[in-house]
Amino acid sequence: MTAYQTILPNQVTTWFRAGRTDQFPVGAGATIKYGQRQIAVFYFNRTQRWYACQNLCPHKLENVLGRGLIGEQDGVPKVACPLHKRTFSLETGENLNGDCPPVAVFPVRIEGGDVYVGFID
Amino acid sequence: MQQIVVIGNGMVGHKFCDLFARHPRRHAFQLTVFGEEQRPAYDRVHLSAYFTDRDADKLSLATREWYAENQIELRTGELVTELDTANRQLGTHLGYEMHYDYLVLATGSVPFVPPIPGKEKSGVFVYRTIEDLDAILDYAAKLRELPGARSVVMGGGLLGLEAAKATLDMGLPTDVVEFAPRLMPRQLDEGGAATLTSTLEGLGLGVHLSKSTSAVGGNGCITHLDFSDGSQLEADLLIISAGIRPRDELARKAGIEVGPRGGILADEYMRTSAPDVFVIGEAALYREMIYGLVAPGYDMARVSLSTIMADADGGCMPESIDLSTKLKLIGTDVASFGECFPEPGTARSIVYHDEAAGIYKRINVSPDGSRLLGGILVGDAADYNMLHQIYKNAMALPPQPEDLILGTRGSGGDAGAGIMDLPDAAVICSCENVTKGTLCGHLSAEQAHSVKDLVACTKAGTGCGGCKPILSDLVENYLKSQGRVVRNTLCEHFAYTRQELRDLIVLKQLRTYDEALDELGHGHGCETCKPALAGIFATVYAETANPQAAIQDTNDRFLANIQRNGTYSVVPRVPAGEITPDKLIAIGAVAKKYGLYTKITGGQRIDLFGARLDQLPPIWEELIAAGFESGHAYGKSLRTVKSCVGSTWCRYGMDESVTFAIEIEERYKGLRSPHKLKGGVSGCIRECAEARGKDFGLIAVEEGYNVYVCGNGGARPKHAELLAGPVDRQTAVRYLDRFLMFYLRTAGPLVRTAKWLEGLEGGIAYLRSVVVDDVLGINEELETEMQGLVNGYRCEWKEAVNDPALRARFRPFVNTDEAEELEFVALREQKMPKPW
Ligand code: SRM
Ligand SMILES: Cc1cc2nc3c(=O)[nH]c(=O)nc-3n(C[C@H](O)[C@H](O)[C@H](O)COP(=O)(O)OP(=O)(O)OC[C@H]3O[C@@H](n4cnc5c(N)ncnc54)[C@H](O)[C@@H]3O)c2cc1C
Ligand code: SF4
Ligand code: FES
Repeated sequence: MTAYQTILPNQVTTWFRAGRTDQFPVGAGATIKYGQRQIAVFYFNRTQRWYACQNLCPHKLENVLGRGLIGEQDGVPKVACPLHKRTFSLETGENLNGDCPPVAVFPVRIEGGDVYVGFID
Repeated sequence: MQQIVVIGNGMVGHKFCDLFARHPRRHAFQLTVFGEEQRPAYDRVHLSAYFTDRDADKLSLATREWYAENQIELRTGELVTELDTANRQLGTHLGYEMHYDYLVLATGSVPFVPPIPGKEKSGVFVYRTIEDLDAILDYAAKLRELPGARSVVMGGGLLGLEAAKATLDMGLPTDVVEFAPRLMPRQLDEGGAATLTSTLEGLGLGVHLSKSTSAVGGNGCITHLDFSDGSQLEADLLIISAGIRPRDELARKAGIEVGPRGGILADEYMRTSAPDVFVIGEAALYREMIYGLVAPGYDMARVSLSTIMADADGGCMPESIDLSTKLKLIGTDVASFGECFPEPGTARSIVYHDEAAGIYKRINVSPDGSRLLGGILVGDAADYNMLHQIYKNAMALPPQPEDLILGTRGSGGDAGAGIMDLPDAAVICSCENVTKGTLCGHLSAEQAHSVKDLVACTKAGTGCGGCKPILSDLVENYLKSQGRVVRNTLCEHFAYTRQELRDLIVLKQLRTYDEALDELGHGHGCETCKPALAGIFATVYAETANPQAAIQDTNDRFLANIQRNGTYSVVPRVPAGEITPDKLIAIGAVAKKYGLYTKITGGQRIDLFGARLDQLPPIWEELIAAGFESGHAYGKSLRTVKSCVGSTWCRYGMDESVTFAIEIEERYKGLRSPHKLKGGVSGCIRECAEARGKDFGLIAVEEGYNVYVCGNGGARPKHAELLAGPVDRQTAVRYLDRFLMFYLRTAGPLVRTAKWLEGLEGGIAYLRSVVVDDVLGINEELETEMQGLVNGYRCEWKEAVNDPALRARFRPFVNTDEAEELEFVALREQKMPKPW
């Protein structure tokens, strides 16, 4: 868990190229590897927004969040863990339906048909 | 700034902090809390839930972050050992010292362990903390290697029975030993206790009454108990639940007045004999009693805080404390309220006793029949909330008070409606002290529209949860009284029921989720409406889970069930459980090649566990080549049609049940539905296929088949009911087509057939009139629709492996071909995920 820390857009030092936009599913998530870390990247086609968070679910520490259903609750984009349906805000990382610790979220940038995820190391 | 110190971070100590954090004048005070236990306060009331998943987080009442955010200093793992009330100083076992202006003792209690020789032997436990449960679980795990190991619970009270149910659920045969001549002697009379005893015996629990334990036997580890009457009982694990003792040692040492049998003396403001020292919760002795329940403890927290804060409307403790309880978890309902055993001559008792059904109800009413004084409910406590409210609010009784437990016979009275007659002052949630007036206030101010909202606004229902049913009655009745219709709409994105949505989708010929959301919904959807709509598309257009993979529940998206470590299981269809040796070998070869854990399922087929996401397509390619199809073990869809061997081999068989089961499984395979569907076909009434435990079941009799519907196993087992019969095979299939299609059209999301039937007005008789007598005139339509779905069947795994675009979703990482790193451990000759 300590390997993941939320990064704000203005803190980014490295924009890591995760792949082409068409390699990611529409209205769902997929996973990328950044060194030893796994990052879930989501494309919300209805709002045309991209989000990223750690793939590791804080509940049971399994690398599964990228496979969860995505959706929105009162306007907040969220992902539901496939294992026990804990939901996490993709804006702040907070657990919306329980008291799990938050997930780390990362900024995503689209440039020239490529998806970039922001890191500080 | 004045310093408040709370000693004890249990349920009641935490309640004090919670109330403090919300108090308007809190900023004039500094609050520090000491807790001896390592973790912050947790929910002891639901402690037994820890046995299911060992998840301490689920029990947590607050996190360290909460304390930090509310600027309350929390020092856990620190025992207060010194107290000087003259100088207002205290000290801990770590040598830390501090001053207080106000002190609140919330030290709780410990289980009482009678001084029985041998009680220190290993295998002897108490039941109060998470650590106690960990120790019990670890010990029970070791006992698994000991065949025939048994557990015994000493004490047949509220907690003892809860503990007994827990060890029984762990798979240990369990006995309960009680000193008194009946179970729950403080809550039940003889009739109630006898009914409870026979029900518990029926659940497999041994009950031993009037037993006084003289020694714990065994050499190091417990092996048996000796009783003073000379008898013995085998025991490899003992849980002692013989009452509680208040933790008053610190107060006693500091010279604070305690009761002759323990407990720190408190007045009606929860003040002790020392100035500005309060006591709350199970450590307190108030009106000569210790109260082993959270609700009075929470009241004490409120009263002590408002005394410290000098609130104008603070109030004090009531003279008599409500000890009504409804027992959770023991496999049968038990509740008691008010005066359970009135003095002779002070009350009239009405008793209803149905021995065969295991139901015992007793109410005590005042001699003039005007007031309810108390009562006991065993076997059926559905009326508890209502009766308890009538008792607490001294409400007027109906002319025939027996109607309260027998129901108004004849004219179908509405059980839930009584809630609207309660006075506004009626306390609905006693743990959080929330009145009906407060709840209705939130509803009428439009701040709340649902139980969930009420819980969020008022915290009602967050304690023992016992008031949840009455909360939902309240919401429903309130909305009805406002002329508003109560509808089970899907979620915040669709203001329709599943049936309405289905009709609209058909009417408007909507083909995709996004179209439906644009036309019928608002916002961007969520994990509730996406799979529900996916199911509708599947049943309207025979769509597999492939075209709109992103809206499928995650198991359907990957056409496999996710397991605890993020791997998947593979279940090929084996219609009716019939399989050739070649196919068995093919499954074996795949399992071996990919190193999969292999198990025969409860559904007569074979499950291969531990496949990585990227391995699923190649595994399925090989299975498909060997002639297998998807078993849809992941979908809300037809699972299996279980069969017995039938007349081909069995000497009792009335028909070839395997042949018929295969025909039916082939017919409905891939059929998606509101919840999963299971079927069964038995060759005779011996019923070896357990067909009556299924959503639909066929049982061969002399003249054909009896058709049963709406049964299931699972958490709420229900036997299927007879729809028609005896009928020939063809008619049976026609009835099934109609029944299934009617269910597919009208059931809510995730409602299984049994629950659907419960909600169907007119029940099985109505269903029969639709399916058999065609009163709605829709049967032809239903049959045509079903035939369309049958014709539209495709194996979705074949579809997925053959189309490169569909197959891409099984790549674990977009940006690398590296495989996932997964940890397994050995299990017998196979493997399993590393435990959580
Ligand atoms: C594998 C199997 C246990 C086994 O090793 O035998 C199993 C495994 C699971 N069952 Fe089951 N059930 C299995 C037979 C049963 C049976 C017995 C039967 O079918 O005869 C029942 C009781 C009968 C019934 O359904 O009425 C059963 C009642 C449940 C329930 C409770 C359903 C209910 O209405 O209360 C659930 C939970 C649910 O569906 O919401 C469940 C859910 C599950 C899930 C899907 C839990 C999950 O979401 O991960 C498990 C998935 C395992 C997997 O990945 O394949 N399983 N499950 C059995 C697979 C049968 C098959 O061949 O498809
Ligand atoms: C299995 C179980 C099921 C139950 N079910 C129900 C139920 O259904 N309904 C119901 O109403 N009640 C139920 N109860 C009872 C309920 O849990 C208790 O009434 C409640 O927890 C009492 O709260 P408390 O804060 O007074 O004591 P506790 O929760 O025991 O907290 C006291 C805390 O103080 C700490 N402490 C003690 N001395 C010191 C010291 N000197 N320094 C620092 N810390 C100290 C202790 O370690 C403890 O953590 C149940 C209890 C159990 C065990
Ligand atoms: S297989 Fe079924 S009964 Fe067994 S643990 Fe999973 S869901 Fe529970
Ligand atoms: S592992 Fe994610 S919710 Fe349990």
